[in-house]
Amino acid sequence: MSKRFSAISFRVPVILVALLVLLSGCGENPREDGRVVIQYWDKWTGSEHQAMQDLVDDFNASQNEIYVEFLSISFISRKLMLAAAGGNPPDLAGLWSMNVPIFAANGALTQLDDLAASHDIHESDYLPAIWSELTEFDRLWGLPSTPGATGLHWNKDLFREAGLDPEKPPRTIAELEAFNEHITRFDDDGDIEVLGHLPQEPGWWLPNWAYWFGGDVWNRKDAITVESDASIAALEWMASYPERFGADELLRFRQASGNFASAENPFFNGRIAMVHQGPWMHNFIEKFAPKSFDWGVAPFPSTDPDRYGVAIVETDVIVIPRGAKHPQEAFKFLSWLQRPENLEKLCAKQLKFSPLVETSESFYENHPNPKIKIYRELAESPYASGRSRLTNIMDFNRDMVNAFDQVALQNLTPEEAAAAVQRRQGKLFDQSYRRWLKVRDARLEDKTQP
Amino acid sequence: MTRQERQRLRTGLMFISPWIVGFLVLNLYPFLSSAYLSFHDYAVLSKPVFIGTENYSDMLADELFWKSIWNTIYFAAISIPLNLIIALFLAILLNFDLPGKKIFRTIYFLPSLVPLVCLGVLWRWLLNGQLGLVNTVLRPITDTANALFGSDVAPPNWLVDPEFAKLGLIFASAWGVGNAVVIFLAGLQDVPRTLYEAADLDGCNFWQKTWHVTLPIISPVIYFNGIMSLIMSFQVFAVPYVMTDGQEGPGRSLLFTATYIFFNAFENWRMGYACAIGLILFLIILALTLLATKVSERHIYYAGK
Repeated sequence: MSKRFSAISFRVPVILVALLVLLSGCGENPREDGRVVIQYWDKWTGSEHQAMQDLVDDFNASQNEIYVEFLSISFISRKLMLAAAGGNPPDLAGLWSMNVPIFAANGALTQLDDLAASHDIHESDYLPAIWSELTEFDRLWGLPSTPGATGLHWNKDLFREAGLDPEKPPRTIAELEAFNEHITRFDDDGDIEVLGHLPQEPGWWLPNWAYWFGGDVWNRKDAITVESDASIAALEWMASYPERFGADELLRFRQASGNFASAENPFFNGRIAMVHQGPWMHNFIEKFAPKSFDWGVAPFPSTDPDRYGVAIVETDVIVIPRGAKHPQEAFKFLSWLQRPENLEKLCAKQLKFSPLVETSESFYENHPNPKIKIYRELAESPYASGRSRLTNIMDFNRDMVNAFDQVALQNLTPEEAAAAVQRRQGKLFDQSYRRWLKVRDARLEDKTQP
Repeated sequence: MTRQERQRLRTGLMFISPWIVGFLVLNLYPFLSSAYLSFHDYAVLSKPVFIGTENYSDMLADELFWKSIWNTIYFAAISIPLNLIIALFLAILLNFDLPGKKIFRTIYFLPSLVPLVCLGVLWRWLLNGQLGLVNTVLRPITDTANALFGSDVAPPNWLVDPEFAKLGLIFASAWGVGNAVVIFLAGLQDVPRTLYEAADLDGCNFWQKTWHVTLPIISPVIYFNGIMSLIMSFQVFAVPYVMTDGQEGPGRSLLFTATYIFFNAFENWRMGYACAIGLILFLIILALTLLATKVSERHIYYAGK
């Protein structure tokens, strides 16, 4: 009896270990036709995923050397980091441009300068604001898939109700606030019924409001500047909201607003008249706003009327992780995708504009979003720029969001909130910059791949 | 050791070997390597660089670390006793010999089966200040109070108000007391009938019996539930993470130590720093558990002793 049991109990762990070994070998998947299989991960789901899948299918049908396997991966930056750490990254991965600095600084990406040159891909092919999102430390780390640019989106009906010209959006922050006073109205209970504008709605670019006040939250080289005039001015702008509309009233307003992608989105249901948003709005308005929804897009106003056209430009970036098994073949797909006709097809299907300087007229004529040209002009603006290129961008953004939060709740003055971020982020930045300088040359010189 | 004893030892070891392997690979190894990495600057993809105790000195000076510790202690200090009392109260009620008691037991246990992520999503809506059910229940009460006393109170905007966000979470955490209720119930059913009969003869009422018989007898169960909820509440992560959409709540009121470890490890790529905080969190939980054991030693009754 005991002998039989011990035999079984011995087998169980052995089988477990064997299973583990088997499962861990599942990554490789050779094809019968001998084509090189490229693993490509990207963040998209739904129609955006399908748009890229169509192009992948086109590529797979266009030649018989390479086969691209395309997968939808959520939380892609985190998973790519872990896959790379485990030594098993995909051959291609779609990140956001704000992820590029941290991946590049840690040697997680393949430098693409030589590959790009050999495939006749050059800086001059792309809009400058897009190209700068692909580079870091004077090296090229990825190529764009679909870009976006932000602007003011306004509800024309709410403009009409307030007696404003629906075709004339504000051009300066002062004008925006004058409009805001006109549009905002309260109900009998003292709750905000309609709000003209709120910097926290949707609040996705809170850390970068300083751009519209003529400055930045870092010097774009080696120091954090959250206490600069422009940055403080942005926080003071935020502070003016609870003063004018009431901190509690604003809290209640925000609580009564539903998720972004829902009919309870305050912009879609006519509770807020002006929001800072991007080209995807067309799609969401079609889905969630009433049929008669009448809206426009323009540059978001700046303090200085001469700097009209400030915008945040970002792009989805396809990178080749270091340690990828087939970087040469991966780049072949990437360079195929960069052909104007292919990028235009992808961008039109995802309702974006093309990142390339040369764009065909038919692209705009056939584009499903009739307002797409405005976003493209925003990306071409001399005042367009990406988010701060910081390696700890997530932590920095959280500190900035908290600063705006504290100011909106009237817990801190703009100066106190800025000082708190400057103190913490300044220290973190100095520390990581000091450590970076020590390893910089070795990391950037390491071109072992491809 | 005789041949037979050796054979038995080997059989025994083989039977628990899945656990031993699991413990070594999934617990001990990560624990030791995180202790090692806590003395390094480690960005996951590049080689760890030894930096001595810099992570620990950074931690002492990091206001967010202290904020996260404070938030965690605040949450634990209220939710542990609250949940224990609620669980014990429910268990005592469910222990009455009433018709349909099995149905009630099932009903009270059901919420514990809800996955934490669903719990987060659910409570985010229940606690919504304007549209949530909790405030729909509270509003008539505050309105009546306002009418009677001429006051001006309104139900809180739970999850967007820093003053109330943690209370909202504590409220939501009471949802998961079902496990503790079941363990308490098992303990209650183990109390010898003879003791109650003796107490009845002495003329004790229900409260006296509860206080002098039930609680002392189930004290080991209370201790066990207490320690378990201490450990759980110091590791609180999933529900607030979902409730805040992966953020920190208003004014960072829902930034807990486990959340801060997660941010540092997987978003800021400061794995060494995250390991250091993890180790400190471990030491805090260990110290509090030892303290609780020491303090409660004299008040716990073990029948075997």
